[in-house]
Amino acid sequence: MIDFAQSQRQYCTFRLAQYHCGIDVLAVREILRYQPMTRVPLAPPVVKGLLNLRGQIITAIDARTRLGLPPREGERKPVNIVVAAGDSGEESLASLLVDEIGDVVSVDAASCEPPPETAPPNLREVLVAVCKREQGLLLLFDAARLIRISASATA
Amino acid sequence: MSELNDLVKEFLVESSENLDRLDQEFLQLEQDPGNRELLASIFRTIHTVKGTSGFFGFERLQRVAHAGENLLAKLRDGVLELDDARSDALLRTVDAIRAILAEIERTGSEGSQEYAELIAELEALTAQPGAVVAVNRPATAILQPTPEAKPATSAISAQPRTQAQTQTVALTEQSLRVDVRVLDRLMNLVGELVLTRNQILQHLGHSQGALAAIGKRLDGITSQLQEEVMKTRMQPIEAVWGKLPRVVRDLARQLGKQVRLEMEGKETELDRSIIESIRDPLTHMVRNAIDHGIETPEQRRAAGKPAEGCLLLRAYHEGGKVTLEVRDDGRGIDPAKVRAKAVEKGLISRAQAERMSDKEAIELIFAPGFSTAEQVTNVSGRGVGMDVVRNNIEKIGGNVDIASVIGQGTTITIKIPLTLAIIPALIVACGGDRFAIPQVNLVELVRIEKDKAAAAIEDVYGAPVYRLRGRLLPIIDLAKELQIPAQERQALNIVVLQADEHQFGLIVDEVLDTGEIVVKPLDKQLKSLSVYAGATIMGDGSVALILDVYGLGTRAHAVTGDRERQKAAAAASAVEAREPLLLFQSPDDGRMAIPLSQVVRLEEMRPEQIETTGDLEVVQYRGDIIPLVRVFQVLPERRRNPRNPEAGVPSDILPVVIHSHQQRQVGLVVGRILDTVEESLKLQRPASRPGIKGCLVINGKVTEILDVEAVVRAVVPDFYKG
Repeated sequence: MIDFAQSQRQYCTFRLAQYHCGIDVLAVREILRYQPMTRVPLAPPVVKGLLNLRGQIITAIDARTRLGLPPREGERKPVNIVVAAGDSGEESLASLLVDEIGDVVSVDAASCEPPPETAPPNLREVLVAVCKREQGLLLLFDAARLIRISASATA
Repeated sequence: MSELNDLVKEFLVESSENLDRLDQEFLQLEQDPGNRELLASIFRTIHTVKGTSGFFGFERLQRVAHAGENLLAKLRDGVLELDDARSDALLRTVDAIRAILAEIERTGSEGSQEYAELIAELEALTAQPGAVVAVNRPATAILQPTPEAKPATSAISAQPRTQAQTQTVALTEQSLRVDVRVLDRLMNLVGELVLTRNQILQHLGHSQGALAAIGKRLDGITSQLQEEVMKTRMQPIEAVWGKLPRVVRDLARQLGKQVRLEMEGKETELDRSIIESIRDPLTHMVRNAIDHGIETPEQRRAAGKPAEGCLLLRAYHEGGKVTLEVRDDGRGIDPAKVRAKAVEKGLISRAQAERMSDKEAIELIFAPGFSTAEQVTNVSGRGVGMDVVRNNIEKIGGNVDIASVIGQGTTITIKIPLTLAIIPALIVACGGDRFAIPQVNLVELVRIEKDKAAAAIEDVYGAPVYRLRGRLLPIIDLAKELQIPAQERQALNIVVLQADEHQFGLIVDEVLDTGEIVVKPLDKQLKSLSVYAGATIMGDGSVALILDVYGLGTRAHAVTGDRERQKAAAAASAVEAREPLLLFQSPDDGRMAIPLSQVVRLEEMRPEQIETTGDLEVVQYRGDIIPLVRVFQVLPERRRNPRNPEAGVPSDILPVVIHSHQQRQVGLVVGRILDTVEESLKLQRPASRPGIKGCLVINGKVTEILDVEAVVRAVVPDFYKG
């Protein structure tokens, strides 16, 4: 059972620009379609706004901005992935705005490699591994780090 | 077995709560020794502990409680009098019970302490009617209980068991322990339910029939549910303060000092989780104040102060935070002593000490490993003190401030945020977004029509100012400050705000509404944005940011330090008398108020009831003919282009305020009646036109106070004569 968990993990996949990405499915609380948000003036640009999740106020973080990708174009609204980052007992929720939500896939540890050294440093701090699949590469991210507004993201 | 454990746990929790109450009741009893009701209540609590502990087989606990109960029974029945020795012994009984309970909680068993001495003393005190037993009586002398006391006690202990059990059951039915997180979730869900209800009501509109009736019921139930759930989450600060009188009493006795404890703002409500986390720091500060701050009666008399020291605890809400003060009138903190001590302890160098201001020096008491007590007592002075207090307070996002005057006393001020509190707020719009401003910061609202707006704001080297009744008010434009595009403004809306002792005007696009909002914390990552105090969920389910007036003022450099003066001013203004006022609408959505003392009755009249005699409008009213005064026609219009003066008055039903002088009555035709409020009648703005006494901000709206006599006299000149 433990071996299985180590060798194979399930990832919630999503699309960001031309990339296929995934985060550990256990970190995902729910998926919400786009909702109007309240912007937070003076906040770092990655903070797209505040959402009301059944009475709880959560911060929406634009994954594109977070990863230094160009802003979204066209009519399509982003999707919210509500992510729980448990640091020291207190679970904090945040929403990750992505272009499109994909399937939950099982990833074999054997098919993964650490991110290439040539990837930009701000990406490498959140990118855990790259999974080689037949359909193309799947970038596996650390959800907790992704929703952390780091100093580099603020700058 | 696990079921029993749960029961035991419940017993422990319940008992410790009861014991806390006991402490208070004992102290009340010392003031009022003959109070049978208090005695009976104390008796019941101890009796319950005894009964339940017997049920669980905690024999030691049962014996201690039993001995206490016996004494209490005699006191309750008036056979014995409560004196110092008995009161002391009973308090120690409570302590013993508490200690055993703590032991059970820790180890699951009662421990080895027998408390034979205490039990013997209690028995002796029970056995000797009227006689005052010396507290310091050698324990060995009463270790052997008198033979006649023994059978009596065991005879009683057998019988009340079943009774005690039923009592416990009743208690658990009255209260239930609920995890705070469950309440949090419940609270959030109720909030959502309210929003859903609002949407349903909107859809139903003014429709009639079964669905509308259901909607109404849903409306009522939801409101009630919301109210009840809100209540579950909040606790008055009394929950923490309740323990302190005992602490103060014991400590003062122990140190040979006389201390009077005063409490202000007991009812100030705090989030339950915060209540828990301030308990220890607060107790520590109180102990410190008595140990270090307040002098002995001799020292105090020598200094020309009353022998009894005063320890004042204050709590109040301020700017979305709760402020707690611990103030003593003791010797104060000597910065020179603190410096010397800090150097001696190696915390700072001599050179550092010399460079330090007095204020900084006093702050040294928060440094780890610092203690100024000349003598290490078992009370304080072990060097784990104020630094722990500060750490604990900062952990929950608060801050600690200290101010001290040598010879006059020390005030420690703690400001703690409310993770969840309901505050009244003004909702404004700016750049298409809504923002909430805590009502406590609100002074008044100024609206300047568009044509005058450009001239109203003047410039002092790039700093905009507004002349508010001859005083220059610094102006901050919210849109500019938040770097968001402002919307087309119909008029210049200035919200006059108070942050500490500074006032400034905040320009917003629109002033929308007032209401109670639930303060919700922002994501930890956004905490660094000092301009926001949190966020709240609006009626339509969207999120609005709550502005931190102090943070905003600081950011715009309209506010600078020094908080002490502002506090004194705030305290002074809080004690004004309040008067009930009747609020009604005036034309163009304005608001007016009449002191309720000038209102006899409220009536509704139809226009066809009005008759005229000469140029006077009259109505028949309770067999009398009374003149009518149309308030809005009497008042001179202050706008340049007068709109319909009767706009605020419904056309089919006229709200009429009946006002009387001696036997005469007059009817004032006013606008739609809105509410009655209690407000201090200290006018914040002088009259702008005849017939108006002045203006006040009531519920965040500028309200004109009608000069009833002037208005009546304008129509019925001799109404007040004779």
